[in-house]
Amino acid sequence: MRININGKSEEIKKSTLGEIIAEKGLCQDNLVLEHNKRIIPKEEWQDIILKENDVVEIVSFVGGG
Amino acid sequence: MEDLLEIAGEEIGNRLFIGTGKFSSYSIMKQSLGAAKAEVATVALRRVDPDSKNENIMDFVPESCRVMINTSGARNADEAIRIARLAKAAGAGNWIKIEVIRDNKYLLPDNLETLKAVETLVREGFVVFPYMSPDLSMGRRMAEAGAAAVMPLGSPIGSNRGVKTRELIEIMINEINLPIIVDAGLGRPSEACECMELGSAAVLVNTAIAVSNDPVKMAKAFSESVYAGRLAYLSGIPAIEKTASASSPLTGFLRDKK
Repeated sequence: MRININGKSEEIKKSTLGEIIAEKGLCQDNLVLEHNKRIIPKEEWQDIILKENDVVEIVSFVGGG
Repeated sequence: MEDLLEIAGEEIGNRLFIGTGKFSSYSIMKQSLGAAKAEVATVALRRVDPDSKNENIMDFVPESCRVMINTSGARNADEAIRIARLAKAAGAGNWIKIEVIRDNKYLLPDNLETLKAVETLVREGFVVFPYMSPDLSMGRRMAEAGAAAVMPLGSPIGSNRGVKTRELIEIMINEINLPIIVDAGLGRPSEACECMELGSAAVLVNTAIAVSNDPVKMAKAFSESVYAGRLAYLSGIPAIEKTASASSPLTGFLRDKK
């Protein structure tokens, strides 16, 4: 199925939000996740099962003025 | 008595706030914050680039430094609000610099959308610092909406042009009963000093420090300059006169008395 991650359409296997993050090999320390515009606390990442056309935003902190 | 800037119940000794963008590395940024003894640093939130290095910028912000998240990238109030909520959820605290920009050439903020974001985020318990084009009426509205301070720009972001909006900022300092923090465009320490002499509560500097040849040294230069300007302001800067007023006694003791 296809979902939208950070503005890009991606083909993924059936999985949870937590599995997607692990698969991408991202440092999880200060990541924030939005699933269909709802902020998901880290404890719930494993509980969210992704569906076709879901929109996921993965953000973290960078330098800025 | 120590001269502290009080914001939302917190006391800040160093009135130089530093932005963390554009440094060549997080390590240089950390050293610069340390050299300046900075107590407030701004950080931004961005979509993760899976290919980028996995360093966490928060590991490089000294513990003595409060983090203020900016909403850069937001083009309207809703996006700014969304970024603020994300930052809070990520554990970055509730100090938020609202930055709403739709103009890509000059990066000048949209004051109206900024005000809308301030209203909402104050209600949600954020400590809100709106970055704005200097304007007395808008500044007053930001204050009425519950902003913790207002941040008028000196000149466009990253332009190093100095305090081109000086007269407007002076009016805001005189008329708005909130800390005025000059943000953006300060290119050299003397310009930061100038803002402090005018009575700014603090200044925020990023580019001028980060892109200098020696950011660590430049951070210190800005910090000392901000301190000097603050001391001068507190001392009461004497009025400008049209004619001379001798500093030495002018009794002509070598001349004959008439």
